Amino acid sequence: MTVFLLRRLLQAGGVVLVMSLLVFVGVFAIGDPVEILISPEADQIERERAVKALGLDLPLWQQYLVFLGKALQGDLGRSFVFNEPALQLILQRMPATLELALGATLAALVIGLPLGLYAGLRPHSPVSRGIMATSILGFSLPTFWVGLMLIMVFAVQLGWLPSTGRGETVEILGTRWSFLTRDGLAHMAMPALNLALFKISLVIRLTRAGVRETMLMDYVKFARAKGLSPSRVTFVHVFKNILIPVVTVVGLEFGGTIAFSVVTESVFAWPGMGKLIIDSINVLDRPVMVAYLMIIVLLFITINLLVDITYSVLDPRVRLEGKS
Amino acid sequence: MSTTTAAPVVAPRVETPFRRFVSEFAESRLALFGLLVFGAIALIAILAPFIAPQNPYDLAQLDIMDGRMEPGTVGGAGFTYWLGTDDQGRDMLSGIMYGLRISLLVGAGSAIIACIVGASLGMIAAYAGGRTDGAIMRLVDLQLSFPAILAALMILAFLGKGILNVVIALVVVEWAYYARTVRGSALVERRREYIEAAQCLALPTRRIIFRHLLPNCLPPLIVVATMQIARAIALEATLSFLGLGVPITEPSLGLLIANGYEYMLSGKYWISFYPGIALLVTIVSINLVGDQLRDVLNPRLKK
Repeated sequence: MTVFLLRRLLQAGGVVLVMSLLVFVGVFAIGDPVEILISPEADQIERERAVKALGLDLPLWQQYLVFLGKALQGDLGRSFVFNEPALQLILQRMPATLELALGATLAALVIGLPLGLYAGLRPHSPVSRGIMATSILGFSLPTFWVGLMLIMVFAVQLGWLPSTGRGETVEILGTRWSFLTRDGLAHMAMPALNLALFKISLVIRLTRAGVRETMLMDYVKFARAKGLSPSRVTFVHVFKNILIPVVTVVGLEFGGTIAFSVVTESVFAWPGMGKLIIDSINVLDRPVMVAYLMIIVLLFITINLLVDITYSVLDPRVRLEGKS
Repeated sequence: MSTTTAAPVVAPRVETPFRRFVSEFAESRLALFGLLVFGAIALIAILAPFIAPQNPYDLAQLDIMDGRMEPGTVGGAGFTYWLGTDDQGRDMLSGIMYGLRISLLVGAGSAIIACIVGASLGMIAAYAGGRTDGAIMRLVDLQLSFPAILAALMILAFLGKGILNVVIALVVVEWAYYARTVRGSALVERRREYIEAAQCLALPTRRIIFRHLLPNCLPPLIVVATMQIARAIALEATLSFLGLGVPITEPSLGLLIANGYEYMLSGKYWISFYPGIALLVTIVSINLVGDQLRDVLNPRLKK
């Protein structure tokens, strides 16, 4: 186990290194770093001084080492637009994104599980067919367009929900959260539902497939033969067993949800890190782009690592595979 | 070949694999409908310059006075704007027809290039094995563990807007799916007797790969390619909506939707609504065809 862990950690470190190199090359070699890092208003002398100060006259590999060293200390540059450290800027927006992603995950489970359960228990009823057809639509519909339509119907036409923004927030432990106020919840409803759209379809399909498979198992037949009520069989014997794979997949999808919140946040003007990165790209605020990229890379590598470790704990074959 | 020419005397309708495939595909009415709709959409996209009521990018034909007109209004030029106009006085119907061209071009173009790149790498991985296989598959894993939308976003942030750049970004995020699919089926196929026979005949490796191995790996590849075209179109629309995709001079459906965003809040729904419907119909029709293709081409589901 320790060997496996060490090897995976080493691999993860390698990937971070490779990605940082890619990011570095992407930002510093494709564009002209002088133009990127120094304000265009600077005159010739200021410019030269800045080039010296930033170490842009050094060979590229030395520059990379400097970048790496600073990155390790948590210094990823300052935003041109906000004139704040880029890392701090992103971390400030992170709670909003996490809140949205968690809300979406919750919504996907609350909506998807019952629908999938129903479709799995009565696979041939017209309602189930309707549920399945809708879930195909959930995979096909472009998320951003659905978001626009939600705004059109619920904010513009009906006026039930606010169209954009985060609403009233409450401060807990130094960060602001929307989900504790009525106004905040109203603002969160549409973006969370929008972000959940794809996951709802996913949960419906997984649950349905799981139910149909589990219903044929011997232990379910046995529970029925024992004379247990259908609802007990469904909710205790079947439901518990399908919950494991569903929760695993939804957990795995969490990284994807954070990534995809870029789109939802832009549609609903939700002030999270996804909106920040789109705005930064549009004004070419490169330090923020670099910082965001590095954070996302770290996030994904951590998620993948956790998944691998969980799997290796659950299934020893994964651990042993590398040895042979 | 000899069996197909000899048989017709006895039975007029020979069951060739292709005919069987067609009849199995046609078993699903929904898939046929999807194919029909997609055919119509493709035709509209190709013929747009001839059938669109207006050339939406010829500024001489636009009348700013006709801006943001509701669907069905008769404009200054004398013809009816069935789907309304955008803020520039552009006929939405024509805009959508031209937008479809860009969307389909980018979607299909990137899918085809990604297919060629991915299938080649997957084939090399399966045939070479060992270290080459390991290296290519590591790359595939790395690519697939990172969400497509983010990878594409970052590539476009560095490359800038433009149709070619969007295609590059889509190819980079899509090739891995093809590589994995082809490698999977090539690994199974290369152990079959006919490959062994070809190797015994001392055929050149290139010939074995392209004439023997590749054709037998095609079915799953076709299924993946169909689904990926739909995915590429949706992804392109999303990127363009975020302002990182195609330039304003060549608007795809996604950019048309983005243009209508600000007017949506004042109740002018049609600028975003109709391009979205066009996008939706395109994606759903391709997915319907893809679903049925998967069912027909999957040997595990054969009765």
